[in-house]
Amino acid sequence: MLTAILLGFLFALFLVFTGKFFRGKMAILSALIPAGLFAYFASFIPKISSGEIISRTYQWVPAFGVDLSFKLDGLSLLFSLMITGIGFLVFAYTASYLRGHKYLDRFYGYLSLFMAAMLGLVLSDNLISMFVFWELTSISSFFLIGFNNTNPASRKSALTALGITGFGGFSLLAGALLLGSISGTYSISEMLSMKEAIAGSEYYILAVVFIFVAAFTKSAQFPFHFWLPGAMKAPTPVSTYLHSATMVKAGIYLLMRFTPVLGDQEFWNTTLIIVGGVTMVYSAVHALFRTDLKGVLAYSTISALGILVFLIGLGSKDAFLAASVFIIVHALYKATLFLVTGIIDHQTGTRDVTKLAGLRKIMMPVAIAGILAAISSAGIPPTVGFLGKELTYEASLHAEAFTVVIVVAIVLTKILLLWAGFVAGIKPFTGKLSEEYTNVKAPDFLMWGPAIILAVLGLIFGIFPMIIESALVKPVVSALGADASEYHLALWHGFNTVLLLSAITIAVGVLLYFLVKPSVKLENKIGKLEFISPKSILEKGTHYFNVFSAFWTNVFQNGYLRNYVTTIVLFLVVLVSYIMFGSSRVVIDHTQLSQVTAYELVVALILIAGVFYTVFTKSRLAAVAAMGVVGLAICLIFVFYSAPDLAMTQFSIDTLTVILFVLVLYRLPKYLTLSDYKMRIRDGVLSAALGTVICLLALQVLAEPTNSEVGDFYAKNAYIMAKGKNVVNVILVDFRGIDTFMEISVLAIAAIGVFGLLKLRLKSTDRSQ
Amino acid sequence: MSTLILRTASNYLLPVLLVFSIFILLRGHYLPGGGFVGGLIAAIAFVLHAFANGLDDTKNLLRFHPGFLMPVGLALAFFSGLSPIFVDQAFMTGLWFPEPFPVIGNVGSALFFDIGVYLVVIGVTLTIIFTISESA
Repeated sequence: MLTAILLGFLFALFLVFTGKFFRGKMAILSALIPAGLFAYFASFIPKISSGEIISRTYQWVPAFGVDLSFKLDGLSLLFSLMITGIGFLVFAYTASYLRGHKYLDRFYGYLSLFMAAMLGLVLSDNLISMFVFWELTSISSFFLIGFNNTNPASRKSALTALGITGFGGFSLLAGALLLGSISGTYSISEMLSMKEAIAGSEYYILAVVFIFVAAFTKSAQFPFHFWLPGAMKAPTPVSTYLHSATMVKAGIYLLMRFTPVLGDQEFWNTTLIIVGGVTMVYSAVHALFRTDLKGVLAYSTISALGILVFLIGLGSKDAFLAASVFIIVHALYKATLFLVTGIIDHQTGTRDVTKLAGLRKIMMPVAIAGILAAISSAGIPPTVGFLGKELTYEASLHAEAFTVVIVVAIVLTKILLLWAGFVAGIKPFTGKLSEEYTNVKAPDFLMWGPAIILAVLGLIFGIFPMIIESALVKPVVSALGADASEYHLALWHGFNTVLLLSAITIAVGVLLYFLVKPSVKLENKIGKLEFISPKSILEKGTHYFNVFSAFWTNVFQNGYLRNYVTTIVLFLVVLVSYIMFGSSRVVIDHTQLSQVTAYELVVALILIAGVFYTVFTKSRLAAVAAMGVVGLAICLIFVFYSAPDLAMTQFSIDTLTVILFVLVLYRLPKYLTLSDYKMRIRDGVLSAALGTVICLLALQVLAEPTNSEVGDFYAKNAYIMAKGKNVVNVILVDFRGIDTFMEISVLAIAAIGVFGLLKLRLKSTDRSQ
Repeated sequence: MSTLILRTASNYLLPVLLVFSIFILLRGHYLPGGGFVGGLIAAIAFVLHAFANGLDDTKNLLRFHPGFLMPVGLALAFFSGLSPIFVDQAFMTGLWFPEPFPVIGNVGSALFFDIGVYLVVIGVTLTIIFTISESA
C-alpha cells in the first residue's frame, strides 16, 4: 500500500528527468499511473464489502508515536477510488486540453504529486502522517492553482487558497496534538475505542473546534468559502480534479473519519448543521448571480459541500447513507460539468454563459454528457442524482429539531442547484447557435470521452443502484459507525412525502430555469454587496496588517547599522539588569579573584588607551588600527589565562577584521561630519552601561556553583575516546562535530550571501552605465 | 601599499605561511591549533599576497575562485562524518588507522573533518574579502 501511495511522488520525481518525453505526444501515457492505481484499489472491493478492514503499519518516528500506518476501510476505499478514477480521466483529458503546452510535464508532476498526497491523506490512520499529507495537498494545489504563473490574478488566488487551507492545516495539527494528548495515541483506530474518554475530556470542545476549522477551510464552508471561486483561475482539469471531486472533499472526509470518534455530541451535530445549512443556502443563492460558467459551478460546489456537512451533522443512519450516496453523485456530475465547461472554454474561448447557446450542433457528445450531468444534478429519475436527493430529503424529514426549517432550507438549496446544473449543463447547448461560433471545431475524443464516461456512469448507477450499494455505500456507512445492512437503494419507494418534495423541487427548479436567465445585470447587483462579504473583510484585514507591518519595519528596520546596534544594546542592558537586580542580590566573591600581575596591568592600560584613541581620533584608518590594538590586547589576556587556541583564533580574526575594514574604508574620505556631543554622550553612557552589566554578569557567574561534569567528561575522554590531547580541538571535530559542521555550513552561506549581494549590485550598476 | 620590499617578501612569505597553516592544522589534535585557525592563517597568507601584488595577481596564482573551496570542504567534512556508516558505526564516530604515519601522526576521520573545516574557512574568508575589495 505504501508503494501505491508513493507511486505518485516517484512519478513526479521521474518527470523531472524525463519531462521532454511526456511533454509531447506521450503525455497520454502518464494516465496509466492513476489507471493502474484505480485497478489496484478496485481489487479490494470484494474484501471491503464483506466487512474486512485492511491495515498496514510502517514505523516512522516510533519515539513520538508517529507511524506511517494506513487503513483501507469503506470510507477510504470510496475516496481512493474517486481520487484514482477521476484522476485517470483528468490525466487523459489534460493530454488534450493542454496539448503542446510548454510546461505540460510540470503540470503532470504537480497532478501526480497531488494525487499521491490525497491518497496518503485518505488512507492514513495516524493523525500526524495525515497532517503531513494534508499539508502536501495544500502545497501541491497551490502550484496547480497558480499554474498560469504569469497571470497576477492567478498568483493571487493561489496565495489566497494556500493561506486559507494552510491556516486550516495548522488547526489540524493543533487538533491532532490535542487529541493525541487526550487519548495518548495518534492512531485513529485506537481513538475509536476511547470515544467516551475523549467526549468527557474538558478539552473536547477545543479539539472539535480545531478539527472543524481544518475541515471548513479545506471544504470551503462559510465563512472560509471564498478561496474556492478564486481558485477557478486554475486550468479546468485542476478545477475538475481538485475543486469538485477530491481536495475540497478532504474536509468532508475528515469530518466523516472523526464522526465515530467525536460525533454524536450536541456541539458536534448542531455546529455542523448550522454551518452546513448556512453554506448550502448562501452559496446556492450566490450561484444565481454568476455569468461565468465556472463561477456558477464553483458556488454550486460549495453549496453541495454544505449539504454534505449538513448531512454529517444530522448524524442519523439515513443521513450517513444520504451523504455517502451524495458524495458519489456529486463527484460524477460535478466533474462532468467541469469537463464540459473546460471543453466549451477550450473550443470557443469563452465561459460567459450569456453568450453561449446552441453548441449541440457542433459538439453533440459533449452536449449529451452535459445534459445527463444536469439531469443527475437536478435529481431527475432515473439518474443516481435522484437517489441522492431522495435520501437527503428522507434524512431531513427525520431531523430531531427544527424539522420545518431544515426541510425548507434543503429544498430551496436543491431547487437552486437544479438551476445551476441546468445553466451549466443544458443552456450552452440549447437554443440558436450564434454566428460567432459557427466555425468552432469539434473537440477530440480525449476531451469528451472522460465527460461522457462520468455522465453515463451516473445513469447506470441510478438504474442499477445495487452496483454501488454493497461495494461502496454500505461499507462507508459502517465506517461511520452505523449499520445499514437491511437498507436497499432503489429508485421507487412508493408515494410518500419525499416523492412530493422531489416533484416540487423539479417543478419549481425547471420553472426558475425558464424565468431567470443569468445576466450581467444580476451579477452587478450582487457585486454591490461585496463589501460585507467575508472575502472583503479578510482583504481589508490583511491590508491594514500590511500597513502596520510597513510602519513597524520603518521604525525598527531603518537600515542604519548604528540604530540597530543601539536598539540591541539597550534591550540587552535593560533585560539583563532587570533579571540580575530584580531577582537576586548581586554577590561578588572577592576570594576567587586572582592577583593582578604587572603584565596584566600593562595590557589593560594598552587596551584602555586603544579604546580612547578609537573614540577620539579624527581618522578612520587610525580608528580601525586602534581597534586592532584593542583586539590584540585581549588576545594577550587569553594567553595569560592559558587559552592558546582562543588567542590564536582571536589573533587571526582580528587581523582579518582590520584588513576588511581597511579594504572598505581605504577609499572613503576623512570623516565629513562627526556625531555631535549629545549623541556621543548617549552612546558613551550606553557602552559603559553594557560593559558594566556584562562585567557584573561575569563576576556573578563565578560566584554561582558551577556544574563541571561536562567539562570533566571531555577532559577525561579526549584521549581515550578520540585519540586527541587538545581538548578544544577534539570537542570541535569529534564530540561536537555536527555543531561544527553546521557552523561551517552557515559560514559558507554567509559567504555566498556577501558574494551575491555585492556581485548582483555590481551587475545592476553595470547595466545602468 | 605595494612597496618593493613587501612585494618581494610576500613571494617568499606565501609558501612559508601556507606550510605554517598546514602545520597548525595537523598539530591541532594534540597541541593548540586546528582547522579553523589554520584556515584563517592560510587566508591571511593570500590576503597579504594580494596586498603586495594586487588582487588580480593573487587570483591568477589561485587559478580558480576561492569560493569553490567551500563545497569541496563541506563535502569532505560531510563524507568524513559519513564514513563510519560503511563499517556499521554511528554517524560521526571517529575512525582511526591503527599505526601513526611518519611526520603527520595519527590519521583518522577527525583529521579529514578538520581538513574540511580548513578548506571551508579559506574559501569563506577569501570569498568575502575578495568580493568586498573588488566592489570597494
